[in-house]
Amino acid sequence: MPDTQALVNDFISKLKKRKIEGSQATAKQTAELLRSVISQTRVPYTNQAAALIQSVKAVGERLIAANPVELAVGNVVRRVLHIIREEDLSLTTAAMAGLNLSAVSDDEDDADRDNQPVLSAAAIAAASRSTLRPPSLQTLLEDVPDSAAIPHTSSSGGDSEGKSKSADKSSRSRKLKHDVIEAVNELIQDISTCHEQIAEQAVEHIHQNEVILTLGSSRTVLEFLCAAKEKKRSFRVFVSEGAPRYQGHLLAKELVTRGLQTTLITDSAVFAMISRVNMVIVGAHAVMANGGVIAPVGVNMVALAAQKHAVPFVVLAGSHKLCPLYPHHPEVLLNELRSPSELLDFGEFSDCLDFGSGIGAPLLHVVNPTFDYVQPKLVSLFITDTGGHNPSYIGEMYRLFVVSARGEGMNFKSEIMRTNCIAEGNFFGKLEDRKSRFL
Amino acid sequence: MSFPILMKPLPLSLKDFNFIAEANKSNAPGGAASSKSVKQPPQKKDGPPVASSVAASERGVDRPVEKERKKDLPPPRMQFDDESRVGKAKRRSLLNQPEARNRVELFRHLPPHKNGSQLPYLESKFFELHEMHPSVYKVGLQYLTGDTSGGNARCIAMLQAFQEAIRDYSTPPEKTLNRDLTSKIGGFVSFLIECRPLSMSMGNAIRFLKSRIARLPLTLSESEAKAALCSDIDRFINEKIVLADKVILRHAATKIRDGDVLLTYGSSCVVEMILLYAHEIGKQFRVVVVDSRPMLEGQKLLRRLVAKGLSCTYTQLNAISYVMHEVTRVFLGASSIFSNGTVYSRVGTAPVAMVAHAFHVPVLVCCEAYKFHERVQLDSICFNELGDPDAVSKVPGRVDVNYLDNLTDKQKENLQLLNLKYDATPSDYISVIVTDYGMIPPTSVPVIVREYRKEYLLI
Repeated sequence: MPDTQALVNDFISKLKKRKIEGSQATAKQTAELLRSVISQTRVPYTNQAAALIQSVKAVGERLIAANPVELAVGNVVRRVLHIIREEDLSLTTAAMAGLNLSAVSDDEDDADRDNQPVLSAAAIAAASRSTLRPPSLQTLLEDVPDSAAIPHTSSSGGDSEGKSKSADKSSRSRKLKHDVIEAVNELIQDISTCHEQIAEQAVEHIHQNEVILTLGSSRTVLEFLCAAKEKKRSFRVFVSEGAPRYQGHLLAKELVTRGLQTTLITDSAVFAMISRVNMVIVGAHAVMANGGVIAPVGVNMVALAAQKHAVPFVVLAGSHKLCPLYPHHPEVLLNELRSPSELLDFGEFSDCLDFGSGIGAPLLHVVNPTFDYVQPKLVSLFITDTGGHNPSYIGEMYRLFVVSARGEGMNFKSEIMRTNCIAEGNFFGKLEDRKSRFL
Repeated sequence: MSFPILMKPLPLSLKDFNFIAEANKSNAPGGAASSKSVKQPPQKKDGPPVASSVAASERGVDRPVEKERKKDLPPPRMQFDDESRVGKAKRRSLLNQPEARNRVELFRHLPPHKNGSQLPYLESKFFELHEMHPSVYKVGLQYLTGDTSGGNARCIAMLQAFQEAIRDYSTPPEKTLNRDLTSKIGGFVSFLIECRPLSMSMGNAIRFLKSRIARLPLTLSESEAKAALCSDIDRFINEKIVLADKVILRHAATKIRDGDVLLTYGSSCVVEMILLYAHEIGKQFRVVVVDSRPMLEGQKLLRRLVAKGLSCTYTQLNAISYVMHEVTRVFLGASSIFSNGTVYSRVGTAPVAMVAHAFHVPVLVCCEAYKFHERVQLDSICFNELGDPDAVSKVPGRVDVNYLDNLTDKQKENLQLLNLKYDATPSDYISVIVTDYGMIPPTSVPVIVREYRKEYLLI
């Protein structure tokens, strides 16, 4: 545990200092960290899923609090929690199936059964009822994971089963951890390969002699365009430079290196050029539950211009960017302000900063936000690693990842609500800090 | 084929048309010294009415209907993808036309940018230019280096240089003042076009001046004529620019309330005057200055506003959606307004107006009436001005973001840089245009052009 604590603290400090660039890298590192947390967690014999969930939640809350604007962290935490529950449920149903069989053949062979857990029929019936009945308000309020019901009822069966049961349970707990870690590895794999899967769809959307506009730099967009180029589609790209970070320059350099005809334009010329553009393709920082997009600053301007000229506006987003939260005032709450020195040179403008009004505050304020919010009605299409989707469907997309069984969704919703409240509590708690940073 | 408008009497008489036609014809062989003469009417960018009337008179003077209609149509501008005309212009031009590598295909019809590197070449040629007046030369250099920028400033500088040139002018023997002076002015204008393409305001001022010269009565002596012209120029500057600005200030200040947050883009002299005036008369408001690369004109405006005590917020164009939430009014300047209501202004004005419209914030464009033009334009590509492409790739003052230094040749061949100077804002984003004739909606611009355009020709 001290080992993971050090890892966790290290990661949290990196998040706080914004050292990690990009949501894909953040998501991957979060998943790897949670994997090591899970493997290091000591699970008790009973109710081990709850213990895993507890430890992951504890770490997850701290990670989300370190950088509330990086929504990929929260997304990954939620998916890992979902993985734990799902694996636990599948193990339980498998165990249930095994126990049912053993209960049926109970009368036939008593002698062989001494070393195996014997559950009375009543206990079995009670257990099955508790797992498979729809969750009632009682269970929601108590927040008792369904899997916990089984060991309790089984322990009422008798003490003679203790030893054999513990042997069985320890094997079960090892199996649970093992399964969970396997699933988390799959998740990490998915995150790493999201670019390839999105890029495979490039051929369907880009045809010959097209003109494509993009803003700033996104690795997903770069791979997307290069995949179309590989398939010998000839097209031209207008890259808007994306001041004040000038990521567009980077993207332009990459594109010309790979042989694409690129024109670099300033952000102010976007409206002038968009009448000659066939499609706008941008990457996203995060996609909210209503289909709204948190994107690098300036993308909202491009989206409005595209709407005016009826140009399709396509957003590329890996599945780790899908967030179940609804955006409330996203320009303020899900935004970060960067240093004003990127806009104004402090040395040149130091004389302006001397002028004061009555309360002594300087007359000059400089605003340099990082993100922009694009409304869902401006987006024509989302392309994720599972295919293309409408903005109205993208909120449903999240449910595909976190809801599998019928009853599961309800329990998890309480988890979502709790995590939302925690996350938003952090937002609101830090609002005062944010306000002082704005002006 | 009689249109109601044709019932009005022609402001210029037929006699004047014939004079001008002959003047142009006689200048053709005799224009050796100043090779940039006015006889290239279809190639001129400012399209004076003289050109169209020349064409009309050549068809015969007994067709007044045709003349009037020709006069209303602005002549086509020079298109730089026309090889033959470009070749002719190149041979006559003073500056070396830079062979721009990687010209953006879409803008091949526009002249490439001439940057300040032409300056030493031009300076060395000073003593070879016998026909060039030094003050005109100075103004041309100021345009080339970008020291003088902004529609009003450029127009005033040019007119004052012409005033100097007229004062120093003396008619050569056996030539009339009208024709010779017109051709001289034409030569000056060609030189200025080479330094930097004319703005619409300058084009209108030149039309005014040429029509004044053409209408001088022949009975005046040379000194009287010169004095009359100089006083006309003074009156034009005073009435059309200085007083017009004062009227615009009064109108626009009524639209500013206490507690307003006003947004402005780039640096417009009229908007700056409005803000300072409103601050002087005691209104409490806050200003948001939005700026964009590569010119970063907003920084100069910001400095002047803060020095006068206005509280300002500064941001770049990309953050416009972030700041627009708290903005109550948007004030924009214009280089020109076309007859279909399209506002032709610094590049980036269109996205500002668009985002303001999306957030339901009223947009006020402040523009003097002499900048209105009867042309129409639908988008920013048909007519524009190209700036220095290297200004896009280089970010001054920030070494960490110079990603585009040291490109290989293969990379350079695929990369094109585009630096536009102007863009066209559609009229539906504009709420009201504040001019010296009052506050008008964008649909009333052609009315102003039609009704008041003749005014300065009649003075």
